Amino acid sequence: MEEQQDQLNVQQDQEVLPKLAVPDTAPRDTFNGTAIFDVSNTSIYYGSFRAVTDVSLTVYENEITAFIGPSGCGKTTVLRSLNRMNDLIAGARVEGDIRYRGVPLYGKDVSPIAVRRRIGMVFQKANPFPKSVYDNVAYGPRINGIRNKGKLDEIVERSLKQAALWDEVKDRLNKSGLGLSGGQAQRLCIARTLAVEPDVVLMDEPCSALDPIATGRIEDLMHEIKSRYTIVIVTHNMQQATRVSDRTAFYSVLRDEKSDTRTGVLVEYGSTAQIFGDPQDSRTQAYVTGRMG
Amino acid sequence: MMAAISDSLARPVDLREPSGWRRSKNQIMTILMWLAFVIVLIPLGFVLVTLVAKGAAAISWQFLTNSTIPPNVVPLGTGGMGAAVVGTLEVTGFASLLAIPLGVLGAVYLNEYGGNRILARLISFMSNVMTGVPSIVMGLFIFIIWVTHFGYSGLAGSFALACLMLPIVIRSSYEMLILVPDSLRQGSYALGASKARVTLTVVLPAALSGIVSGALLAVARAAGETAPVLFTMLTVEQTNANLFSGPNTTLPFQIFMNAQSAYTGANARAWGAALTLVAITFILMIAARIITALFTRNAR
Amino acid sequence: MSTVTKADPASPAGSASPLHQRRPLGDRGFQIVALGAGLLVLVILVLITYTTAQQSTTWFAGGFKDIFQVAFDGNTKFGAMGVLYGTVISSVIGVIIGVPVSVGIALLLTQVVPARWARPFVYVMDLLAVVPSVVWGLWGIIVLVPWLQKIYLDIASGVKGIPVLDSLFGGPNVTGASFFTAGLILAIMITPIITSLSREVIATVPDIDKEGAYALGATRWEVIRGAVWPHSQGGVTGAILIGFGRAMGETIAVALVIGDSVEVTPHLFYSGHSIAAIIALQFGEATGGEFRSALIGLGLFLFVLTILVNLVARWFVERSARRARGG
Repeated sequence: MEEQQDQLNVQQDQEVLPKLAVPDTAPRDTFNGTAIFDVSNTSIYYGSFRAVTDVSLTVYENEITAFIGPSGCGKTTVLRSLNRMNDLIAGARVEGDIRYRGVPLYGKDVSPIAVRRRIGMVFQKANPFPKSVYDNVAYGPRINGIRNKGKLDEIVERSLKQAALWDEVKDRLNKSGLGLSGGQAQRLCIARTLAVEPDVVLMDEPCSALDPIATGRIEDLMHEIKSRYTIVIVTHNMQQATRVSDRTAFYSVLRDEKSDTRTGVLVEYGSTAQIFGDPQDSRTQAYVTGRMG
Repeated sequence: MMAAISDSLARPVDLREPSGWRRSKNQIMTILMWLAFVIVLIPLGFVLVTLVAKGAAAISWQFLTNSTIPPNVVPLGTGGMGAAVVGTLEVTGFASLLAIPLGVLGAVYLNEYGGNRILARLISFMSNVMTGVPSIVMGLFIFIIWVTHFGYSGLAGSFALACLMLPIVIRSSYEMLILVPDSLRQGSYALGASKARVTLTVVLPAALSGIVSGALLAVARAAGETAPVLFTMLTVEQTNANLFSGPNTTLPFQIFMNAQSAYTGANARAWGAALTLVAITFILMIAARIITALFTRNAR
Repeated sequence: MSTVTKADPASPAGSASPLHQRRPLGDRGFQIVALGAGLLVLVILVLITYTTAQQSTTWFAGGFKDIFQVAFDGNTKFGAMGVLYGTVISSVIGVIIGVPVSVGIALLLTQVVPARWARPFVYVMDLLAVVPSVVWGLWGIIVLVPWLQKIYLDIASGVKGIPVLDSLFGGPNVTGASFFTAGLILAIMITPIITSLSREVIATVPDIDKEGAYALGATRWEVIRGAVWPHSQGGVTGAILIGFGRAMGETIAVALVIGDSVEVTPHLFYSGHSIAAIIALQFGEATGGEFRSALIGLGLFLFVLTILVNLVARWFVERSARRARGG
């Protein structure tokens, strides 16, 4: 892990996935990728509290984009707005434009349910349902109408394999999902998310409650599935950001002395190599160097 | 293992509502849930409207205060339910005097002294269970141990109602005492106060509004009970202001008796008494809500 | 006022130091009084059992054959089966009608209605709960019973001849004051408690579990089925059992609308009786001997029955609460 830190580079796993087509060290040329999310001048409010102000960024296909920043900077708020999970909070409101593959996410005819089927989410604390491992993974496909046992078996196996959990649970598919260890439970939640074959996987500090070994396994998993999905991850662990992400967005808190309000802002956004190696904004530099001790 | 990637990516992005049957099922279920609430409104509304309509016709100052309860045959107009009103106030009042202090003390024991000991857990569990004991059993109990020896009286009725109220007051007071933050207690202990002093001077005042509110609801419940008074007080036709000797009567009892009668006079009096009773319980309930609202806001 | 006094090294050992004061008498006394108040619960329950058992020995002495018969005529027959049947049947009807409504409202208030608008709904449920039993009975016997009688007669003539339905809803003695009417009123009366307890249980489902389901693109109903219900089913079962116990113990409203005839019959629109109702209605006339003893014995029986149901119910509710706290 030390060598990678020195290089501040992202691609570490050429041995694992030789079929990866993306070039490794150079910062991604922004004009070559398909834009998955286009966030333009977006502010997000909870009631009258403005959690995040004037965020603009683009998330590209088949990349891992990291949101980093101190607590209270709104990175989770922005993440949750990408799959309309903020809709579940009373008084939450999005002003600005967020587009998914060119389609406005908060448009008139858009159904949050359809959105979430395509844009999945893994949470900070693993939240397996109080059902069997099998039923946990099959939940998503089932509500989408897939009843055929054979098809479900195939989906469950594929998803668990993608989540690097199959070998550990294949003999206990009917046991409760609640009986797994923290790392296994989180991989189960990832498998559950992958089972509906989303386009994007959003991750909200997925490893913050896990030990380093479990964390490592999930980071490996992220690299493996990157070619099929687009991933956006919120993390407070900068080493993790450098290990896994292609692009990094650094958020911070803006304090208005006059009105004594705080709000989150996007300070700098670029390739991970650039953010950590050559930050343009002094706040970015302070953050990434301060924590890198 | 490379299963076909969902062809949703190949199709143009479609973010409209999910398939018809899923949305319909969701909508139907939501409608059913709303329907459940509406269903409950129907008998409630019905009973309140009937109560007010028929009860108001019977109620007058005379009805509420006249101390003679007429026989069933007598039509509305003569006599009144004064005896029952007085009886209700007396009997419920004395029952509250017994049950509320004891109930609060019981809750104090559970929360401040009992801790996790087996006895405390047993008492707590059995208080919960006791709230489910039919009130008629309380009436039978007091009949056996008191009435057979000392005769019928309002006092016996009070005992029966107090038995009913005790577990309710214990439980609601306990819920309130738990909410008092431990830091308040610690502060008082740190000043050298004994546990009794801490409880009386810091904990109970902090929980007071909740305790009072819960107690008022218990009183409202007791005021409306019929079964405990059935075998303990007999009945009277004249007001008996003496709680401790001689039979007595309460509004619920009168309603019960008059409801079974075929005479219109009796039925009309039943409605009048019912409206009076519901008004009393309603006032108690609103008082409880106001106290909660007022003092919770102050605490913030 | 200084509360800490350093022991003066110069003073002789054994000198009274404020740190070693005996516990004030008032404090001990207060604890005893509080303990006594708490113990009162247990004492009362034990006394109830003892005194009612003692008074029912005459009835028990009549022998099991007498107790297990159906008829209860206050004269020579004092069987418990007929009234027990009425208690159970009317309570079951109450639960069948009341539970879907109660659980539906509980789900409505926890999953559909936003928290800050839930208050008026809760007020309505409180209003429902505060109406005294005797008022439900009054309304029941004067308004509901005559009205239902017409409906029952219509239904009975409609199902005449149809095999199962005729035995349940038909028959020549169909009347307004019957098992079914009692069940209906019971349903109304137990709804508040089942709703309130269910709400408490459902509210303990962690938000994060619901979010997990929503994040998979589930509709609200799918989230309820997949994430909310598995967590709450134990507790809601407990709530339902508590409602069932309340229904069995409900005396006055049932006494007014169940009719006044002790019999075991599948015809739900026939008159019946229940344990609590028969005690309430006939105790005044039971002046002695076996009659009174039988009624007290029935009271003891009801007491034990409701305690048992409540024990099982509380076990369900507390197990669910423990799971929510620990898991």
